[in-house]
Amino acid sequence: MSPAILLLLAFGLSLFGWLAARSRAWAFRKAAPGTRLHSLPNFHGWYVALWIGVPALLFAVLWNAISPMLITSHVMADPAASLLPGFGFERETMLAEARAVAEGRAFGVFNEEAQGLVAPYRAAITLYDSIGLVVTILVAFAGGAFAFLRLKPDFTARTRVERAVMGLLLIASLVAILTTIGIIVSLVFETVRFFGMVSPLDFLFGTHWSPDPMSSGTPDGADYGAIPLFWGTIYIGAIIAMIVAIPLGLMSAIFLTQYASNGVRKVMKPLLEILAGVPTVVYGYFAALTVAPMVRDAAQAIGISSASTESAVAAGLVMGVMIIPFVSSMADDSIAAVPQAMRDGSLAMGATTSETIRKVLIPAALPGIVAGVMLAVSRAIGETMIVVMAAGASANLTANPFESMTTVTFQIVAMLTGEGSFDHPATLSAFALGMVLFLVTLTLNFIALRVVKRYREAYE
Amino acid sequence: MNAEAIQTAVKADDKPYFDAPSKMSAKNVSVFYGEKRAIDDVSIEIPQRYVTAFIGPSGCGKSTFLRTLNRMNDTIASARVEGDILLDGEDIYKSGMDVVQLRARVGMVFQKPNPFPKSIYENIAYGPKIHGITGSKAELDEIVEQSLRRAGLWDEVKDRLNDSGTALSGGQQQRLCIARAIAVDPEVILMDEPCSALDPIATARIEELIDELRGRYAIVIVTHSMQQAARVSQRTAFFHLGKIVEYGKTSDIFTNPREERTKDYITGRYG
Repeated sequence: MSPAILLLLAFGLSLFGWLAARSRAWAFRKAAPGTRLHSLPNFHGWYVALWIGVPALLFAVLWNAISPMLITSHVMADPAASLLPGFGFERETMLAEARAVAEGRAFGVFNEEAQGLVAPYRAAITLYDSIGLVVTILVAFAGGAFAFLRLKPDFTARTRVERAVMGLLLIASLVAILTTIGIIVSLVFETVRFFGMVSPLDFLFGTHWSPDPMSSGTPDGADYGAIPLFWGTIYIGAIIAMIVAIPLGLMSAIFLTQYASNGVRKVMKPLLEILAGVPTVVYGYFAALTVAPMVRDAAQAIGISSASTESAVAAGLVMGVMIIPFVSSMADDSIAAVPQAMRDGSLAMGATTSETIRKVLIPAALPGIVAGVMLAVSRAIGETMIVVMAAGASANLTANPFESMTTVTFQIVAMLTGEGSFDHPATLSAFALGMVLFLVTLTLNFIALRVVKRYREAYE
Repeated sequence: MNAEAIQTAVKADDKPYFDAPSKMSAKNVSVFYGEKRAIDDVSIEIPQRYVTAFIGPSGCGKSTFLRTLNRMNDTIASARVEGDILLDGEDIYKSGMDVVQLRARVGMVFQKPNPFPKSIYENIAYGPKIHGITGSKAELDEIVEQSLRRAGLWDEVKDRLNDSGTALSGGQQQRLCIARAIAVDPEVILMDEPCSALDPIATARIEELIDELRGRYAIVIVTHSMQQAARVSQRTAFFHLGKIVEYGKTSDIFTNPREERTKDYITGRYG
């Protein structure tokens, strides 16, 4: 039985229950004119519909999860199963093959032994599907009957339905949080495995990074020194990109809030914010195809012959442009949040606009600006596409911005998209890198949120 | 006219108000916000070393007019001023007028206390620093102390000059703002409902302070409280619908108004 049909069935029964319960509620009113129902008929309808739909759906989901196991064990009991190899890869393949044929997804078997299993499979699937269907309907009717029999004129259907809605909203808000926790748990798990093979000290403080996913045997801890990656990440994301983004973002925020006329602001602010919506892959093209060659030519023109096409400065420049909107929109908001009274107070003292900006507005808005910069940094160091396309893959530990460099995010991509197995430290190193990156951006975001919060309280 | 003579003039309040020497004068001033006329052909003489009160119902234009006196309306893009406003005979709206210099001479205190989020000391030192009044630390200390003393705040804050100005109470903040305005040694101080955000005790303290400052500066105060106007001012102008209905000695306005509308407003019949 396909899940879609069970779903439709649950909805259909719910709709039926909704209509039945609603008309029952109307009937209460008709039977004794003048009675006041505690809840509107619609709430009675929803109450019954929920009691039909929710248990039926829960059962359907559960059944969907356990029925394959039941089917397999049923098939194992069949005499034809004794012909299968005892265990291992071949056995699994044959079972899967037989099942595919039984479900009509494949037309014939490759292994002769599997042929004998097709019929038992077909029988088992039919049996368990029918059981699932019948039980689902039974559950729906049981829930519906229970709810329907409780309906009375003074039944508190409204409060119960409201409670169910609240539960739904709670679950919705928990999804993101639980996902985050799930990510952390899986990261921790794989990171611990990695640190079982490579010492954390070698990883965090080693200066040589050249993992080989194809190597066999015990890994050489010396190849997993992540310092060049951390350095590349910070150099591109937090230094070069910020040198571009902080002044430009701040100055554009100042222009937009203090100098621009309303008309100019109305056009420029959305235009600037569009920058934030450009897919990073597109920035990547731009960095790799336009900026990087220009940077190389410029560097060679001033006599830096080592300049390569892939360079930290090309990636950093484009990344800086990409995060200008983050800095400028946070700075814009926090400058605009400084009360007009501050500005008036300063102007009334005879300060010029620029003195007012430098001495009153910026200091007052500084916490918000700092928070914006931190969010921008965490965005920049997590950025992947631009560095993949423009910064290069070689883990150089150098301060020369015209050399190729690599970052944590790039190496995560490189390690996970290769052909290495999941037992190999090279693949697992991606999780350790991800963990470090996650912790750093989490800390930055946390600090930024705290700063913003304290700053908000200052003016209220 | 020397200071004693002016004091005598103030005390001998039976003279007609226009006898006092004029510090600022407005001639046929109209102010527009876009198409809307907020001030309609207002002419007034603001005397030296007196307190002049602007009273009138909300929206009558008294704050707008006050803000034209040090060109604070310049910060509102749609505002446009017609007519002449003279400070010591010089048109403050003439081209080439330096707004920075003007505002150093005509200071302003706002409705809500607006100390900068800096230390008490830095709040006072802000004006002298931007105007380059002094470069020496000792002189600056002197100006800060003197300004705070004149604003009657020195004894309360002398031990915590490095605390934030925003940590003071509302009344203290407003006196800090007055001290800040005094620190650049202005000639005129404009006060836009300086007590409307304060409790009665803090209000009384500010009113005392205004009375002490009179004689040293020309003070213009916008107020909603007629009692306050009667208590602190020597001249009162009654604004209504963007025009001055009546302007004269405070005692005349409150005891013997010439206009029926003034009388109605003063006696609380409308507004």
